[in-house]
Amino acid sequence: MLEREEVKKVAHLARLALTEDETDAFTGQLAQILDYVEQLNELDTDEVAPTAHAIDMRNVTRPDDLENYEHREDLLNAAPAREGDFIRVPKIL
Amino acid sequence: MTAAAPTKTPHETQYEAVIGLETHCQLSTNTKIFSNSSTEFGATPNTNIDPICMGLPGVLPVLNQKVLEYAVKLGLALNCQIAPYSKFDRKQYFYPDLPKNYQISQFDLPIAEHGWLEIELIDDDGNPQRKRIGVTRAHMEEDAGKLVHAGSDRLAGSTHSLVDYNRAGVPLLEIVSEPDIRSGREAAEYGQEIRRIVRYLGVCDGNMQEGSMRCDVNISIRPVGQEKFGTKVEIKNMNSFSAIARAIDYEIERQTQAIETGSETIVQETRLWDENLQCTKSMRSKEGSSDYRYFPEPDLTPLEVPAEQVQGWKAELPELPREKRHRYQEELGLSAYDTRVLTEDVDVTAYFDAALTAGADVKQAANWVMGDLTAYAKEQKLSFADLALTPETLAELIGLIADGTISGKIAKEVLPELLEKGGSAKELVESKGLIQISDEGELEAIIDKLLADNPDKVEQYRAGKTKLQGFFVGQVMKATSGRADPKLTNKLLVPKLKG
Repeated sequence: MLEREEVKKVAHLARLALTEDETDAFTGQLAQILDYVEQLNELDTDEVAPTAHAIDMRNVTRPDDLENYEHREDLLNAAPAREGDFIRVPKIL
Repeated sequence: MTAAAPTKTPHETQYEAVIGLETHCQLSTNTKIFSNSSTEFGATPNTNIDPICMGLPGVLPVLNQKVLEYAVKLGLALNCQIAPYSKFDRKQYFYPDLPKNYQISQFDLPIAEHGWLEIELIDDDGNPQRKRIGVTRAHMEEDAGKLVHAGSDRLAGSTHSLVDYNRAGVPLLEIVSEPDIRSGREAAEYGQEIRRIVRYLGVCDGNMQEGSMRCDVNISIRPVGQEKFGTKVEIKNMNSFSAIARAIDYEIERQTQAIETGSETIVQETRLWDENLQCTKSMRSKEGSSDYRYFPEPDLTPLEVPAEQVQGWKAELPELPREKRHRYQEELGLSAYDTRVLTEDVDVTAYFDAALTAGADVKQAANWVMGDLTAYAKEQKLSFADLALTPETLAELIGLIADGTISGKIAKEVLPELLEKGGSAKELVESKGLIQISDEGELEAIIDKLLADNPDKVEQYRAGKTKLQGFFVGQVMKATSGRADPKLTNKLLVPKLKG
Protein backbone atom coordinates (compact mmCIF):
# COMPACT_ATOMS: atom_id res chain seq x y z
CA MET A 1 0.00 0.00 0.00
CA LEU A 2 1.26 3.46 -0.95
CA GLU A 3 2.22 5.59 2.04
CA ARG A 4 1.82 9.35 2.37
CA GLU A 5 5.54 9.64 3.00
CA GLU A 6 6.30 8.12 -0.38
CA VAL A 7 4.01 10.60 -2.10
CA LYS A 8 5.79 13.42 -0.28
CA LYS A 9 9.15 12.09 -1.38
CA VAL A 10 8.10 11.77 -5.02
CA ALA A 11 6.61 15.27 -4.88
CA HIS A 12 9.87 16.59 -3.49
CA LEU A 13 11.93 14.88 -6.20
CA ALA A 14 9.61 16.39 -8.83
CA ARG A 15 9.83 19.81 -7.10
CA LEU A 16 6.08 19.87 -6.50
CA ALA A 17 4.74 21.72 -3.47
CA LEU A 18 1.68 19.84 -2.24
CA THR A 19 -0.68 20.94 0.49
CA GLU A 20 -1.69 18.37 3.13
CA ASP A 21 -5.08 17.99 1.43
CA GLU A 22 -3.46 17.47 -1.95
CA THR A 23 -1.09 14.92 -0.46
CA ASP A 24 -4.06 12.98 0.88
CA ALA A 25 -5.90 13.20 -2.43
CA PHE A 26 -2.91 12.09 -4.50
CA THR A 27 -2.04 9.28 -2.10
CA GLY A 28 -5.48 7.83 -2.77
CA GLN A 29 -5.41 8.40 -6.52
CA LEU A 30 -1.90 7.09 -7.00
CA ALA A 31 -2.71 4.03 -4.92
CA GLN A 32 -5.64 3.28 -7.23
CA ILE A 33 -3.46 3.62 -10.30
CA LEU A 34 -0.83 1.34 -8.83
CA ASP A 35 -3.46 -1.24 -7.92
CA TYR A 36 -4.73 -1.15 -11.47
CA VAL A 37 -1.25 -1.64 -12.94
CA GLU A 38 -0.65 -4.36 -10.38
CA GLN A 39 -2.88 -6.63 -12.49
CA LEU A 40 0.07 -7.06 -14.85
CA ASN A 41 1.77 -9.13 -12.16
CA GLU A 42 -0.78 -11.88 -12.77
CA LEU A 43 1.09 -12.71 -15.97
CA ASP A 44 4.07 -15.03 -15.84
CA THR A 45 6.94 -13.09 -17.51
CA ASP A 46 9.81 -15.34 -16.42
CA GLU A 47 10.48 -16.34 -20.01
CA VAL A 48 10.05 -12.85 -21.49
CA ALA A 49 13.15 -10.74 -22.11
CA PRO A 50 12.95 -7.21 -20.70
CA THR A 51 12.41 -4.52 -23.31
CA ALA A 52 13.73 -1.00 -23.31
CA HIS A 53 11.46 0.21 -26.05
CA ALA A 54 7.86 -0.19 -27.17
CA ILE A 55 8.72 -0.23 -30.87
CA ASP A 56 10.96 -2.96 -32.23
CA MET A 57 13.56 -0.76 -33.89
CA ARG A 58 17.35 -0.63 -33.62
CA ASN A 59 20.26 1.63 -34.53
CA VAL A 60 18.39 4.73 -35.65
CA THR A 61 21.03 7.39 -36.27
CA ARG A 62 21.47 10.56 -38.33
CA PRO A 63 24.51 11.87 -40.24
CA ASP A 64 26.75 14.46 -38.55
CA ASP A 65 25.56 17.28 -40.81
CA LEU A 66 25.44 20.82 -39.47
CA GLU A 67 22.14 22.65 -39.74
CA ASN A 68 21.64 25.77 -37.67
CA TYR A 69 18.23 26.33 -36.18
CA GLU A 70 16.74 29.45 -37.70
CA HIS A 71 14.56 30.70 -34.87
CA ARG A 72 17.03 31.38 -32.10
CA GLU A 73 15.16 34.49 -30.97
CA ASP A 74 11.97 32.53 -30.54
CA LEU A 75 13.75 30.01 -28.35
CA LEU A 76 15.26 32.70 -26.13
CA ASN A 77 11.98 34.63 -25.92
CA ALA A 78 10.11 31.48 -24.96
CA ALA A 79 12.10 31.26 -21.74
CA PRO A 80 10.46 32.70 -18.61
CA ALA A 81 13.22 35.32 -18.32
CA ARG A 82 15.91 36.52 -20.66
CA GLU A 83 18.93 38.80 -20.23
CA GLY A 84 20.63 39.67 -23.51
CA ASP A 85 22.08 36.50 -25.01
CA PHE A 86 21.40 34.57 -21.82
CA ILE A 87 18.47 32.90 -20.18
CA ARG A 88 18.04 34.20 -16.68
CA VAL A 89 17.21 31.83 -13.81
CA PRO A 90 16.73 32.33 -10.07
CA LYS A 91 19.87 31.96 -8.04
CA ILE A 92 20.77 28.43 -7.08
CA LEU A 93 21.12 27.24 -3.45
CA MET B 1 42.08 30.95 4.02
CA THR B 2 39.85 28.30 5.49
CA ALA B 3 41.72 25.05 5.06
CA ALA B 4 45.17 24.86 6.57
CA ALA B 5 47.42 22.86 4.30
CA PRO B 6 48.45 19.67 6.07
CA THR B 7 52.17 19.36 6.35
CA LYS B 8 53.84 16.04 5.71
CA THR B 9 54.47 14.09 8.88
CA PRO B 10 55.81 10.57 9.27
CA HIS B 11 53.06 8.05 9.94
CA GLU B 12 53.45 4.82 11.86
CA THR B 13 50.91 2.88 9.84
CA GLN B 14 51.55 2.64 6.14
CA TYR B 15 48.56 3.75 4.12
CA GLU B 16 47.82 3.34 0.48
CA ALA B 17 45.47 5.36 -1.66
CA VAL B 18 42.77 3.72 -3.74
CA ILE B 19 41.97 5.97 -6.68
CA GLY B 20 39.60 5.79 -9.62
CA LEU B 21 39.03 8.41 -12.31
CA GLU B 22 35.95 9.48 -14.24
CA THR B 23 37.04 11.15 -17.44
CA HIS B 24 34.69 13.05 -19.73
CA CYS B 25 35.89 13.41 -23.30
CA GLN B 26 34.05 15.71 -25.67
CA LEU B 27 33.75 13.90 -28.99
CA SER B 28 34.95 16.01 -31.94
CA THR B 29 31.80 15.95 -34.02
CA ASN B 30 30.42 18.87 -36.04
CA THR B 31 27.01 18.61 -34.44
CA LYS B 32 25.45 17.75 -31.11
CA ILE B 33 24.72 14.24 -29.94
CA PHE B 34 20.97 14.38 -30.62
CA SER B 35 20.48 17.47 -32.83
CA ASN B 36 22.04 19.33 -35.79
CA SER B 37 23.36 22.39 -33.92
CA SER B 38 27.07 23.19 -33.93
CA THR B 39 29.42 22.07 -31.15
CA GLU B 40 31.80 24.99 -31.74
CA PHE B 41 33.57 26.25 -28.61
CA GLY B 42 33.50 29.92 -27.69
CA ALA B 43 30.51 31.00 -29.78
CA THR B 44 28.24 33.86 -28.67
CA PRO B 45 26.04 32.50 -25.84
CA ASN B 46 22.95 30.61 -26.94
CA THR B 47 23.65 30.67 -30.66
CA ASN B 48 24.11 26.90 -31.05
CA ILE B 49 20.70 26.01 -29.71
CA ASP B 50 17.65 24.27 -31.10
CA PRO B 51 14.36 22.86 -29.79
CA ILE B 52 15.94 19.45 -29.05
CA CYS B 53 18.83 20.57 -26.88
CA MET B 54 16.52 23.13 -25.23
CA GLY B 55 14.16 20.36 -24.25
CA LEU B 56 11.03 21.70 -25.89
CA PRO B 57 7.98 19.44 -25.83
CA GLY B 58 7.31 17.19 -28.78
CA VAL B 59 10.82 17.03 -30.19
CA LEU B 60 12.57 13.83 -31.18
CA PRO B 61 16.28 13.38 -30.45
CA VAL B 62 18.18 11.19 -32.94
CA LEU B 63 21.65 9.82 -32.25
CA ASN B 64 24.54 11.28 -34.26
CA GLN B 65 26.13 8.38 -36.19
CA LYS B 66 29.60 9.92 -35.70
CA VAL B 67 29.13 9.84 -31.92
CA LEU B 68 28.44 6.12 -32.08
CA GLU B 69 31.46 5.56 -34.32
CA TYR B 70 33.80 7.56 -32.07
CA ALA B 71 32.44 5.89 -28.93
CA VAL B 72 32.98 2.41 -30.37
CA LYS B 73 36.47 3.31 -31.63
CA LEU B 74 37.46 4.75 -28.27
CA GLY B 75 35.99 1.71 -26.54
CA LEU B 76 38.04 -0.56 -28.79
CA ALA B 77 41.19 1.51 -28.19
CA LEU B 78 40.57 1.03 -24.47
CA ASN B 79 40.44 -2.74 -25.01
CA CYS B 80 36.77 -2.83 -24.06
CA GLN B 81 34.09 -5.24 -25.11
CA ILE B 82 31.56 -3.45 -27.28
CA ALA B 83 28.07 -4.15 -26.00
CA PRO B 84 26.00 -6.37 -28.29
CA TYR B 85 22.97 -4.51 -26.94
CA SER B 86 23.11 -1.00 -25.55
CA LYS B 87 20.60 1.72 -24.76
CA PHE B 88 20.17 5.25 -23.48
CA ASP B 89 18.55 6.22 -20.18
CA ARG B 90 17.21 9.34 -18.57
CA LYS B 91 19.01 10.55 -15.47
CA GLN B 92 16.71 12.90 -13.59
CA TYR B 93 17.93 15.91 -11.68
CA PHE B 94 16.92 19.52 -11.37
CA TYR B 95 19.54 22.08 -12.20
CA PRO B 96 19.18 24.94 -14.68
CA ASP B 97 22.13 23.77 -16.78
CA LEU B 98 19.83 21.02 -17.99
CA PRO B 99 16.71 22.39 -19.68
CA LYS B 100 14.91 19.04 -19.85
CA ASN B 101 15.42 18.29 -16.13
CA TYR B 102 17.02 15.04 -17.17
CA GLN B 103 20.26 14.15 -18.89
CA ILE B 104 20.26 11.54 -21.60
CA SER B 105 23.00 9.15 -20.56
CA GLN B 106 23.62 5.41 -20.40
CA PHE B 107 23.00 3.57 -17.15
CA ASP B 108 23.08 -0.22 -17.03
CA LEU B 109 23.95 -1.06 -20.63
CA PRO B 110 26.85 1.21 -21.66
CA ILE B 111 28.33 0.97 -25.15
CA ALA B 112 31.69 -0.36 -23.87
CA GLU B 113 32.83 -2.31 -20.78
CA HIS B 114 35.65 -4.35 -19.24
CA GLY B 115 38.70 -2.68 -20.78
CA TRP B 116 42.12 -1.51 -19.70
CA LEU B 117 44.87 0.83 -20.67
CA GLU B 118 48.57 0.76 -19.93
CA ILE B 119 50.44 3.58 -18.26
CA GLU B 120 54.21 3.89 -18.43
CA LEU B 121 56.20 5.78 -15.82
CA ILE B 122 59.95 6.19 -16.08
CA ASP B 123 61.92 5.35 -12.91
CA ASP B 124 65.05 7.12 -11.66
CA ASP B 125 67.26 4.80 -13.73
CA GLY B 126 65.39 5.66 -16.91
CA ASN B 127 63.63 2.30 -17.09
CA PRO B 128 59.98 2.07 -18.10
CA GLN B 129 57.58 0.95 -15.37
CA ARG B 130 54.38 -0.30 -16.99
CA LYS B 131 51.07 -0.87 -15.26
CA ARG B 132 47.62 -1.78 -16.47
CA ILE B 133 44.68 0.28 -15.21
CA GLY B 134 41.27 -1.32 -15.65
CA VAL B 135 38.51 0.52 -17.50
CA THR B 136 35.15 -0.37 -15.98
CA ARG B 137 33.02 1.19 -18.68
CA ALA B 138 32.63 3.95 -21.23
CA HIS B 139 29.26 5.47 -22.00
CA MET B 140 27.80 8.14 -24.25
CA GLU B 141 25.92 11.10 -22.83
CA GLU B 142 25.05 14.73 -23.48
CA ASP B 143 26.86 17.64 -21.86
CA ALA B 144 24.96 20.30 -19.92
CA GLY B 145 24.85 24.07 -20.40
CA LYS B 146 27.05 26.59 -18.66
CA LEU B 147 25.97 28.79 -15.76
CA VAL B 148 27.28 32.27 -15.11
CA HIS B 149 26.57 33.45 -11.60
CA ALA B 150 25.63 37.10 -11.73
CA GLY B 151 26.11 39.58 -8.91
CA SER B 152 29.20 37.79 -7.67
CA ASP B 153 32.05 35.73 -9.07
CA ARG B 154 31.02 33.05 -6.63
CA LEU B 155 27.88 30.99 -6.47
CA ALA B 156 27.22 31.82 -2.82
CA GLY B 157 26.89 35.59 -3.28
CA SER B 158 25.02 35.63 -6.56
CA THR B 159 21.59 37.20 -6.95
CA HIS B 160 20.60 35.20 -10.03
CA SER B 161 22.25 33.07 -12.70
CA LEU B 162 22.58 33.33 -16.46
CA VAL B 163 22.59 30.23 -18.62
CA ASP B 164 24.31 29.56 -21.92
CA TYR B 165 23.04 26.37 -23.59
CA ASN B 166 25.64 26.22 -26.37
CA ARG B 167 27.25 23.27 -24.60
CA ALA B 168 23.95 21.50 -23.84
CA GLY B 169 23.80 18.38 -25.96
CA VAL B 170 27.48 18.35 -26.90
CA PRO B 171 28.50 14.68 -27.11
CA LEU B 172 30.59 13.19 -24.32
CA LEU B 173 32.11 9.82 -23.68
CA GLU B 174 32.52 9.20 -19.97
CA ILE B 175 35.29 6.73 -19.17
CA VAL B 176 35.23 5.17 -15.69
CA SER B 177 38.40 3.51 -14.41
CA GLU B 178 38.71 0.66 -11.95
CA PRO B 179 40.13 1.71 -8.55
CA ASP B 180 43.57 0.54 -9.68
CA ILE B 181 45.43 3.83 -9.31
CA ARG B 182 47.62 4.33 -6.23
CA SER B 183 49.21 7.78 -6.50
CA GLY B 184 48.81 11.25 -7.93
CA ARG B 185 51.55 10.51 -10.44
CA GLU B 186 49.79 7.38 -11.70
CA ALA B 187 46.50 9.29 -11.96
CA ALA B 188 48.10 12.08 -13.99
CA GLU B 189 49.73 9.51 -16.28
CA TYR B 190 46.39 7.69 -16.70
CA GLY B 191 44.80 10.99 -17.76
CA GLN B 192 47.65 11.72 -20.16
CA GLU B 193 47.37 8.27 -21.71
CA ILE B 194 43.66 8.83 -22.34
CA ARG B 195 44.50 12.16 -23.91
CA ARG B 196 47.10 10.54 -26.15
CA ILE B 197 44.63 7.83 -27.18
CA VAL B 198 41.81 10.25 -28.04
CA ARG B 199 44.22 12.45 -29.99
CA TYR B 200 45.69 9.50 -31.88
CA LEU B 201 42.15 8.47 -32.77
CA GLY B 202 41.15 12.03 -33.58
CA VAL B 203 37.91 11.62 -31.61
CA CYS B 204 38.55 14.40 -29.04
CA ASP B 205 40.99 17.32 -28.94
CA GLY B 206 41.91 16.62 -25.29
CA ASN B 207 41.96 20.32 -24.40
CA MET B 208 41.55 20.57 -20.62
CA GLN B 209 41.52 24.38 -20.54
CA GLU B 210 38.50 24.53 -22.82
CA GLY B 211 36.93 21.65 -20.90
CA SER B 212 36.87 19.19 -23.79
CA MET B 213 38.53 16.74 -21.42
CA ARG B 214 37.61 16.73 -17.72
CA CYS B 215 38.70 14.38 -14.95
CA ASP B 216 37.00 13.74 -11.61
CA VAL B 217 38.82 11.73 -8.98
CA ASN B 218 37.46 9.24 -6.45
CA ILE B 219 39.90 8.61 -3.64
CA SER B 220 40.07 6.81 -0.30
CA ILE B 221 42.92 5.52 1.79
CA ARG B 222 43.37 2.31 3.75
CA PRO B 223 46.15 0.67 5.75
CA VAL B 224 48.38 -1.37 3.48
CA GLY B 225 47.18 -4.98 3.50
CA GLN B 226 43.56 -4.12 4.29
CA GLU B 227 41.14 -5.24 1.63
CA LYS B 228 38.14 -3.13 2.57
CA PHE B 229 38.02 0.35 1.02
CA GLY B 230 37.99 3.45 3.21
CA THR B 231 35.41 6.24 2.91
CA LYS B 232 35.71 7.72 -0.54
CA VAL B 233 35.80 11.37 -1.46
CA GLU B 234 35.23 12.82 -4.91
CA ILE B 235 37.47 15.66 -6.12
CA LYS B 236 36.49 17.93 -9.00
CA ASN B 237 37.65 21.13 -10.64
CA MET B 238 41.17 20.27 -11.75
CA ASN B 239 42.09 21.67 -15.15
CA SER B 240 45.53 20.17 -15.70
CA PHE B 241 47.22 16.84 -15.14
CA SER B 242 49.63 18.34 -12.64
CA ALA B 243 46.63 19.73 -10.70
CA ILE B 244 45.20 16.19 -10.59
CA ALA B 245 48.47 14.87 -9.14
CA ARG B 246 48.69 17.70 -6.61
CA ALA B 247 45.03 17.42 -5.55
CA ILE B 248 45.49 13.70 -4.96
CA ASP B 249 48.72 14.13 -3.00
CA TYR B 250 47.01 16.78 -0.87
CA GLU B 251 43.98 14.56 -0.30
CA ILE B 252 46.09 11.51 0.66
CA GLU B 253 47.85 13.62 3.27
CA ARG B 254 44.61 15.13 4.56
CA GLN B 255 42.90 11.76 4.90
CA THR B 256 45.94 10.13 6.48
CA GLN B 257 46.14 12.90 9.07
CA ALA B 258 42.42 12.68 9.73
CA ILE B 259 42.72 8.99 10.49
CA GLU B 260 45.96 9.24 12.43
CA THR B 261 45.10 12.21 14.62
CA GLY B 262 41.32 12.08 14.62
CA SER B 263 41.36 15.78 13.75
CA GLU B 264 38.39 15.37 11.43
CA THR B 265 36.11 12.62 10.24
CA ILE B 266 36.30 11.63 6.60
CA VAL B 267 32.82 11.85 5.12
CA GLN B 268 31.66 10.81 1.70
CA GLU B 269 31.44 14.12 -0.12
CA THR B 270 32.50 16.11 -3.14
CA ARG B 271 35.49 18.39 -2.70
CA LEU B 272 36.72 21.07 -5.07
CA TRP B 273 40.39 21.63 -5.85
CA ASP B 274 41.34 25.24 -5.19
CA GLU B 275 44.22 26.05 -7.53
CA ASN B 276 45.06 29.30 -5.73
CA LEU B 277 45.23 27.80 -2.27
CA GLN B 278 46.51 24.41 -3.46
CA CYS B 279 44.05 22.47 -1.36
CA THR B 280 40.72 20.66 -1.62
CA LYS B 281 37.63 22.19 -0.04
CA SER B 282 34.35 20.62 0.88
CA MET B 283 31.53 21.56 -1.45
CA ARG B 284 28.36 22.16 0.46
CA SER B 285 26.70 18.78 0.07
CA LYS B 286 23.53 18.54 -1.97
CA GLU B 287 20.38 18.17 0.07
CA GLY B 288 19.51 14.53 0.47
CA SER B 289 21.19 11.71 -1.35
CA SER B 290 20.94 11.75 -5.09
CA ASP B 291 18.10 9.76 -6.52
CA TYR B 292 18.46 9.89 -10.27
CA ARG B 293 15.54 7.55 -11.03
CA TYR B 294 17.07 6.28 -14.24
CA PHE B 295 14.72 4.79 -16.78
CA PRO B 296 15.13 3.79 -20.44
CA GLU B 297 14.96 6.76 -22.84
CA PRO B 298 11.80 6.15 -24.85
CA ASP B 299 12.73 8.61 -27.63
CA LEU B 300 15.87 6.74 -28.71
CA THR B 301 16.09 3.23 -30.06
CA PRO B 302 18.39 0.62 -28.52
CA LEU B 303 21.70 -0.05 -30.23
CA GLU B 304 22.93 -3.33 -31.60
CA VAL B 305 26.07 -2.45 -33.50
CA PRO B 306 26.56 -5.23 -36.04
CA ALA B 307 29.75 -7.25 -35.56
CA GLU B 308 30.91 -6.38 -39.10
CA GLN B 309 30.55 -2.70 -38.30
CA VAL B 310 32.62 -3.08 -35.12
CA GLN B 311 35.26 -4.98 -37.10
CA GLY B 312 35.26 -2.30 -39.78
CA TRP B 313 35.86 0.45 -37.21
CA LYS B 314 38.49 -1.68 -35.50
CA ALA B 315 40.35 -1.96 -38.80
CA GLU B 316 40.44 1.84 -39.00
CA LEU B 317 42.22 2.26 -35.66
CA PRO B 318 45.72 3.71 -35.98
CA GLU B 319 48.73 2.34 -34.13
CA LEU B 320 47.96 3.32 -30.54
CA PRO B 321 50.32 4.98 -28.01
CA ARG B 322 51.00 1.74 -26.12
CA GLU B 323 51.83 -0.14 -29.34
CA LYS B 324 54.07 2.70 -30.43
CA ARG B 325 55.94 2.76 -27.11
CA HIS B 326 56.58 -0.95 -27.28
CA ARG B 327 57.75 -0.77 -30.88
CA TYR B 328 60.03 2.24 -30.35
CA GLN B 329 61.68 0.64 -27.34
CA GLU B 330 61.73 -3.02 -28.27
CA GLU B 331 62.22 -2.82 -32.04
CA LEU B 332 63.91 0.53 -32.62
CA GLY B 333 66.01 0.46 -29.45
CA LEU B 334 64.99 3.96 -28.33
CA SER B 335 65.16 4.86 -24.63
CA ALA B 336 62.00 5.16 -22.56
CA TYR B 337 62.62 8.89 -22.33
CA ASP B 338 63.01 9.44 -26.09
CA THR B 339 59.98 7.24 -26.69
CA ARG B 340 57.93 9.38 -24.35
CA VAL B 341 58.94 12.58 -26.11
CA LEU B 342 58.35 11.15 -29.60
CA THR B 343 54.98 9.55 -28.85
CA GLU B 344 53.43 12.41 -26.87
CA ASP B 345 52.12 14.27 -29.91
CA VAL B 346 50.38 12.36 -32.67
CA ASP B 347 51.77 14.68 -35.37
CA VAL B 348 55.33 14.31 -34.09
CA THR B 349 55.15 10.53 -33.98
CA ALA B 350 53.60 10.43 -37.46
CA TYR B 351 56.38 12.67 -38.75
CA PHE B 352 59.07 10.53 -37.12
CA ASP B 353 57.57 7.32 -38.52
CA ALA B 354 57.34 8.86 -42.00
CA ALA B 355 61.02 9.87 -41.83
CA LEU B 356 61.92 6.26 -40.93
CA THR B 357 59.79 4.95 -43.77
CA ALA B 358 61.69 7.29 -46.09
CA GLY B 359 64.89 5.58 -44.97
CA ALA B 360 66.18 7.82 -42.18
CA ASP B 361 68.44 6.36 -39.50
CA VAL B 362 66.47 5.89 -36.24
CA LYS B 363 68.84 7.67 -33.86
CA GLN B 364 69.55 10.52 -36.27
CA ALA B 365 65.88 11.05 -37.04
CA ALA B 366 65.04 10.98 -33.32
CA ASN B 367 67.72 13.60 -32.59
CA TRP B 368 66.65 15.94 -35.37
CA VAL B 369 62.94 15.61 -34.51
CA MET B 370 63.39 16.08 -30.75
CA GLY B 371 66.04 18.79 -31.19
CA ASP B 372 66.06 21.35 -33.98
CA LEU B 373 62.65 20.50 -35.45
CA THR B 374 60.80 20.63 -32.13
CA ALA B 375 62.54 23.89 -31.23
CA TYR B 376 61.50 25.40 -34.58
CA ALA B 377 57.91 24.13 -34.36
CA LYS B 378 57.57 25.54 -30.84
CA GLU B 379 59.04 28.88 -31.80
CA GLN B 380 56.80 29.19 -34.87
CA LYS B 381 53.81 27.65 -33.03
CA LEU B 382 53.48 25.11 -35.81
CA SER B 383 52.24 21.56 -35.73
CA PHE B 384 54.60 18.98 -37.18
CA ALA B 385 51.93 18.32 -39.78
CA ASP B 386 52.44 21.88 -41.05
CA LEU B 387 56.25 21.92 -41.32
CA ALA B 388 57.50 22.88 -44.79
CA LEU B 389 60.38 20.46 -44.25
CA THR B 390 58.79 17.12 -45.04
CA PRO B 391 59.82 13.89 -43.29
CA GLU B 392 61.12 12.70 -46.67
CA THR B 393 63.42 15.72 -46.91
CA LEU B 394 64.63 15.11 -43.36
CA ALA B 395 65.47 11.54 -44.37
CA GLU B 396 67.26 12.91 -47.42
CA LEU B 397 69.26 15.35 -45.29
CA ILE B 398 70.25 12.60 -42.86
CA GLY B 399 71.23 10.45 -45.84
CA LEU B 400 73.46 13.24 -47.21
CA ILE B 401 75.36 13.31 -43.93
CA ALA B 402 75.61 9.53 -43.79
CA ASP B 403 77.02 9.19 -47.30
CA GLY B 404 79.50 12.03 -46.76
CA THR B 405 77.93 14.49 -49.20
CA ILE B 406 77.69 17.12 -46.47
CA SER B 407 78.95 17.38 -42.90
CA GLY B 408 76.67 17.62 -39.87
CA LYS B 409 77.70 21.22 -39.56
CA ILE B 410 76.56 22.04 -43.09
CA ALA B 411 73.31 20.22 -42.42
CA LYS B 412 72.64 22.52 -39.48
CA GLU B 413 73.47 25.47 -41.70
CA VAL B 414 70.94 24.64 -44.40
CA LEU B 415 68.27 23.54 -41.93
CA PRO B 416 66.69 26.99 -41.32
CA GLU B 417 66.06 27.44 -45.04
CA LEU B 418 64.64 23.94 -45.38
CA LEU B 419 62.39 24.48 -42.36
CA GLU B 420 61.11 27.70 -43.81
CA LYS B 421 60.80 26.85 -47.47
CA GLY B 422 60.95 23.09 -47.74
CA GLY B 423 62.18 21.63 -51.02
CA SER B 424 64.93 19.13 -51.70
CA ALA B 425 67.89 19.03 -49.33
CA LYS B 426 70.20 17.76 -52.04
CA GLU B 427 69.28 20.48 -54.52
CA LEU B 428 69.74 23.13 -51.87
CA VAL B 429 73.26 22.06 -50.85
CA GLU B 430 74.23 21.68 -54.50
CA SER B 431 72.88 25.08 -55.48
CA LYS B 432 74.70 26.67 -52.55
CA GLY B 433 77.93 24.87 -53.43
CA LEU B 434 77.96 23.25 -50.01
CA ILE B 435 78.76 19.73 -51.14
CA GLN B 436 81.43 18.29 -48.94
CA ILE B 437 84.93 18.04 -50.37
CA SER B 438 85.73 14.35 -50.26
CA ASP B 439 88.27 14.43 -53.03
CA GLU B 440 91.61 13.29 -51.59
CA GLY B 441 93.71 15.23 -54.08
CA GLU B 442 91.87 18.46 -53.53
CA LEU B 443 92.09 18.18 -49.75
CA GLU B 444 95.73 17.12 -49.87
CA ALA B 445 96.64 20.23 -51.83
CA ILE B 446 94.94 22.42 -49.23
CA ILE B 447 96.64 20.61 -46.36
CA ASP B 448 100.05 20.81 -48.02
CA LYS B 449 99.72 24.56 -48.51
CA LEU B 450 98.62 24.99 -44.90
CA LEU B 451 101.61 23.07 -43.56
CA ALA B 452 103.97 25.08 -45.76
CA ASP B 453 102.42 28.36 -44.51
CA ASN B 454 102.78 27.41 -40.84
CA PRO B 455 106.21 25.84 -40.38
CA ASP B 456 106.43 26.97 -36.72
CA LYS B 457 103.16 25.23 -35.78
CA VAL B 458 104.28 22.07 -37.57
CA GLU B 459 107.48 22.20 -35.57
CA GLN B 460 105.57 22.57 -32.28
CA TYR B 461 103.31 19.67 -33.19
CA ARG B 462 106.24 17.43 -33.89
CA ALA B 463 107.78 18.50 -30.58
CA GLY B 464 104.75 16.97 -28.83
CA LYS B 465 102.07 19.67 -28.89
CA THR B 466 99.63 17.33 -30.62
CA LYS B 467 96.66 19.47 -29.60
CA LEU B 468 97.57 21.64 -32.58
CA GLN B 469 95.82 19.08 -34.78
CA GLY B 470 92.64 20.97 -33.97
CA PHE B 471 94.16 24.17 -35.24
CA PHE B 472 95.01 22.58 -38.59
CA VAL B 473 91.56 20.98 -38.95
CA GLY B 474 90.06 24.37 -38.22
CA GLN B 475 92.21 25.98 -40.88
CA VAL B 476 91.18 23.38 -43.45
CA MET B 477 87.53 24.08 -42.63
CA LYS B 478 88.15 27.79 -42.90
CA ALA B 479 89.84 27.38 -46.26
CA THR B 480 86.93 25.28 -47.57
CA SER B 481 84.10 27.24 -45.91
CA GLY B 482 83.38 24.19 -43.76
CA ARG B 483 83.00 21.89 -46.73
CA ALA B 484 85.96 19.61 -46.07
CA ASP B 485 85.00 16.06 -45.08
CA PRO B 486 86.12 16.06 -41.41
CA LYS B 487 86.93 12.35 -41.30
CA LEU B 488 88.99 12.43 -44.48
CA THR B 489 90.70 15.65 -43.40
CA ASN B 490 91.91 14.01 -40.20
CA LYS B 491 92.95 10.90 -42.04
CA LEU B 492 95.08 12.87 -44.50
CA LEU B 493 96.33 15.46 -42.02
CA VAL B 494 97.79 13.28 -39.27
CA PRO B 495 100.42 11.41 -41.36
CA LYS B 496 101.52 14.68 -42.97
CA LEU B 497 101.83 16.41 -39.59
CA LYS B 498 103.84 13.54 -38.17
CA GLY B 499 106.09 13.91 -41.21
